[in-house]
Amino acid sequence: MRQLPLLTPPVLSVADLTRYLRQLFEGDDVLADVWVSGEISNLSRPASGHIYFTLKDAQAALRCVIWKSAALRLRQDLQNGQAIEAHGSIGIYEAGGNYQLYIDTLRPAGEGALYQEFLRLKDQLAAEGLFDLERKRPIPAAPQRIGLVTSPTGAALQDMLNTLRRRYPLAQVILAPCPVQGVEAPPEIVAALQRLAALPQPPDVILAARGGGSLEDLWAFNDARVVRAIAASPIPVITGVGHETDTTLADYAADLRAPTPTAAAVLATPDVADLAADLRLLDRRLAEAAASDLQARRATQTMLTHRLGRLSPAIRLRTDRQQVDMLSLRLGRAAASHLQTRRAGQRALDARLAALNPQAVLARGYAILTTSAGQILRRAAEAAPGQHLTARLSAGALDLTVNHIVSEE
Amino acid sequence: MLPNPTPPEELNYEQALAELEAILEALENGQHPLEETLALFARGQELSLRCAALLDQAELRIEQLESRGGNSGAA
Repeated sequence: MRQLPLLTPPVLSVADLTRYLRQLFEGDDVLADVWVSGEISNLSRPASGHIYFTLKDAQAALRCVIWKSAALRLRQDLQNGQAIEAHGSIGIYEAGGNYQLYIDTLRPAGEGALYQEFLRLKDQLAAEGLFDLERKRPIPAAPQRIGLVTSPTGAALQDMLNTLRRRYPLAQVILAPCPVQGVEAPPEIVAALQRLAALPQPPDVILAARGGGSLEDLWAFNDARVVRAIAASPIPVITGVGHETDTTLADYAADLRAPTPTAAAVLATPDVADLAADLRLLDRRLAEAAASDLQARRATQTMLTHRLGRLSPAIRLRTDRQQVDMLSLRLGRAAASHLQTRRAGQRALDARLAALNPQAVLARGYAILTTSAGQILRRAAEAAPGQHLTARLSAGALDLTVNHIVSEE
Repeated sequence: MLPNPTPPEELNYEQALAELEAILEALENGQHPLEETLALFARGQELSLRCAALLDQAELRIEQLESRGGNSGAA
């Protein structure tokens, strides 16, 4: 016969037990904030946007879920077989009766260690002063020659060339090709920088760039040799490494950091459209400067001509001629009137003279008596009876003999 | 100030632009004999045309250095 124990252990419902487990997990510090490494398997990406997979290693498996909001922030696509490190908290999926890692961040495996190395190098190189602001040189505004340090086969090169063609075809590009990832990359990048600086006509600015990738892919630009070469470059360097969120130590050492290779090409150059607009402005200024200069000269010229005109001999002559004409006129008038006056006087004289003309006297009936001696007889007393006298009349003459004196008065 | 006698075709963009700006400075701020003003203006126009032509016709020139171990060459 079965024996019943004296004290019955409580019988929990599934829900109660599950709740108990959940509290256990949620109360644990380690499980609330944990990094787990493993290999992805059973990857599932349903339409909801959440991502489900299992992280496993040789001995065990762990179900994982990434909510859609965190999934959108992922920098790379996940694949089965990929080794990753995932960060999040452990929770219970009650309905399924299993525990899961709710992931908020993940990275390729090994990147954790790489990132530590990155931080260590950053501190070391910063302490050498390589990132100091005072070391940074200004980027020339309109470079005639642009050096590129990048892979000849990468998309970064094409992106930069397209940008340069569009924005600033006036420049000459000098490409110093080199690998941009792998162990052979750092010395090649350094050599490319040095070759550009050693050219007989070196570039005015250098763009050091590569496309996006993992921390490991970008690692060459965290290499101390590359960082030192960029800091020591006699030519200003603009770095354009990876995507906007990627920052490498080379970026800190550069004279200017661009978020992408395309942005590096943009930062290095002016836009020809802007240059063309500036040129049109200069044209206007040129035309206006010349026009206003000429206008000022014309105004002065007009004023001087005016003043000169007033002093002109022609005017003087005209004035003088006018005066002369006036005087002539007056002279003429004066002469005419004088003449008139004289004529009148003359006529008066003539009249008087005429009146005195003996012939006129004779015409009035008088006669002129003259003696035989030719003397004019005026007084009867001087005549003697019997004397011969010649009487001249208005017409003709008579020989007369005096009879006797009638009277003496 | 006398205009530079170098033919504009021999100037690159930066040189032509610099000279054009210098001429503008001179015309806007100085007093010049009339002939000089006209000469400077004509030169300014030539330079402006040269700059515009360069902007219109420029094509990006690309030279590629040989990878390490070779002579430098042109692409």
